[in-house]
Amino acid sequence: MLKKGIRDILSASKDMGWVLEPQAKHLFSLAGLEVPRFTWATTEGEAVRFAQEIGYPVVAKVVSPRIVHKSDRDGVVLGIDSDAELAETFSRFSQVENFAGVLVEEMMSGLELIAGAKIDYQFGPVILLGIGGTGVEIYRDITLRMAPLRERDVESMIKDLKAGRLLEGYRGSEPINRSELIRLLITFSGLVMELEEFIESIDLNPVICSSTSCVVADARIMLKETGGNPQSQWHG
Amino acid sequence: MNFNALFKPKTLAVIGVSLNNDRHPANVIYYKNNLRFQAEVFPVNDRGGILQGDTVYARVSDIPQKVDLAVIAVRAQMVPDIMAECIEAKVGGAVVISGGFAEIGRKDLQERMVSLASEAGFPFIGPNCLGIYSPPHMDTFFLPSERMVSPNKGRVALVSQSGGTLVDQMTKFANEGIGLSLAVSIGNKALIRELDLLRYFAHDPGTDVIAFYVEGFEKNEGREFVLATGRCPKPVIVLKSGKSPGGGRAISSHTASMAGDYEVFSAVASQYGVVEARNEFELVSFCEALSCYNQPIEGRIGIITTSGGHGALAVDACFSHGLSVPTLSEQHQAEIREQVSPRVQAIASFSNPIDLTGSAVDDDFIAAAKFLSSMEEVDCVLILLLPYTPGVTSDLAARLSQIYRQADKPLMAYVPHVEKYRIFIEGFEFNRIPVAHSIEGAVHMAEAMRRCQPC
Repeated sequence: MLKKGIRDILSASKDMGWVLEPQAKHLFSLAGLEVPRFTWATTEGEAVRFAQEIGYPVVAKVVSPRIVHKSDRDGVVLGIDSDAELAETFSRFSQVENFAGVLVEEMMSGLELIAGAKIDYQFGPVILLGIGGTGVEIYRDITLRMAPLRERDVESMIKDLKAGRLLEGYRGSEPINRSELIRLLITFSGLVMELEEFIESIDLNPVICSSTSCVVADARIMLKETGGNPQSQWHG
Repeated sequence: MNFNALFKPKTLAVIGVSLNNDRHPANVIYYKNNLRFQAEVFPVNDRGGILQGDTVYARVSDIPQKVDLAVIAVRAQMVPDIMAECIEAKVGGAVVISGGFAEIGRKDLQERMVSLASEAGFPFIGPNCLGIYSPPHMDTFFLPSERMVSPNKGRVALVSQSGGTLVDQMTKFANEGIGLSLAVSIGNKALIRELDLLRYFAHDPGTDVIAFYVEGFEKNEGREFVLATGRCPKPVIVLKSGKSPGGGRAISSHTASMAGDYEVFSAVASQYGVVEARNEFELVSFCEALSCYNQPIEGRIGIITTSGGHGALAVDACFSHGLSVPTLSEQHQAEIREQVSPRVQAIASFSNPIDLTGSAVDDDFIAAAKFLSSMEEVDCVLILLLPYTPGVTSDLAARLSQIYRQADKPLMAYVPHVEKYRIFIEGFEFNRIPVAHSIEGAVHMAEAMRRCQPC
């Protein structure tokens, strides 16, 4: 049974066809996935206060129902390290169409992976794991499995990646926390099974993996056009 | 639903025979069954009459015996009524050969048939298909027996959405000496689909390997199919068409764009132990290998040849298919050397591949195969047999099969397939050692066993 908070987010996003990133992050944190500390700031003051609270550097991303691919629209700034730079970024973002605020979040570092989901017509929910980042469709180093994932499916997915050695620590970098990655994929796969009738696909890209954690640093949920109504699915 | 009436009928009605056109599909089916198969066959045509001296029954209910299977080959509009008559007459099931249903937009006619049959628990294959080839019981293919190349009776069941592809694969099976238990062309698969047949063949004592040619699954049907395969103790091989990427629909997520139909099928198939044949050559090789052996291997190949070139090409083929060719230790090489004939000892190479040279005799092959079969490091042995090697005889296959029986390590062979070497090829086929007509083909066979992992 989906949590009420998750159903609310899906309902609120239904007309738009996809879920704004701050809401998607909230949804995944409700489902038990780790996300960076973040705030959805609608004023410059809020943005700066939050950045001071968690400490610089921070990431700022534009929030707009018209912008699905933020990077393509220059809507992501990494490594902001002062109030002035954050304020300047906020004011630039506020010029975009249908501006709905700025997502300010903790800057993560580590290996960038992609975890994704798609509701396939013939096979139902499938989960993707790959080397992530903005070049994901260029390298196409990905692997797929039908959900729900069993632990051995995740193990074999990791083994499938051509760049799998990067996960084990390559040339001096520390290996990523494998059990956190397994936990993330299994939790994600369980959530996807519950979201089957509402979603078309999900990208968690990147998931930033380090020796201590695997954090969903960006998330995009595309909803099914004629999806079910998440509220009506709930019978108390 | 009980499928026995479909696959092992004792009585057969062929509905729609023509009294004036002997090339009518129903007539071809009637004659071939009447002359060549065990089931007793009755012709049906609503005008009655006599066909080549046999009584033609006007209705299926006029037939004096209980009919197990009706082959329906009448015009599409008439099929639902005929099916209702069959149900009324307690016929056990039907094969609907006729076309003119969903494939030309007449979904309504097809749905009428399906609802009649589902309500009555009446199994039927088709429509728009060749139906069932089940020797020695019967054969509903409307192809003259003289023109068909029929494989021997064996242990592989073949199911195909396309009738043409099915008959073509049967021809290849015959050519490669692969035995067939049953072949089913399911056409529009209106009622009985791949999943139903998978479940049937999983329990069919006459079938060891189940192979499918699939064009597409319905919503979530692929999921059920692979889950059922995961529970099936027999190897399941699938050749699926539709590998080209989808149209230019704008896709807004990376996952949806990268997880295309084919990528998903291929990944999910291997996740649940379906052996995916990527093309028709693989389908044939995989059926051959898995009908001889069904233990999974990791893919550590030992190779025996009399030609260095063949050995090198085989090693390359192994690597390109993800198989390994472990190097033998000095100690092991010395041990094998001691066991071969003196002439070969001096000139042969005993690393892996073992190149016995053109001076090899049968005993040298046997010694090398025995040794490799006993090694922990090797889980499958490839024999590259060149029948023009002067000291090699056609007895070799029989002797090699003894080694398999003792050591339980699968052997695969390559023999050039020309008429002159038929006796060598048959030696392998007869002794159930899969034999390929190319080095690549032999490596494919080993790959089939690596891909066929229980899950």
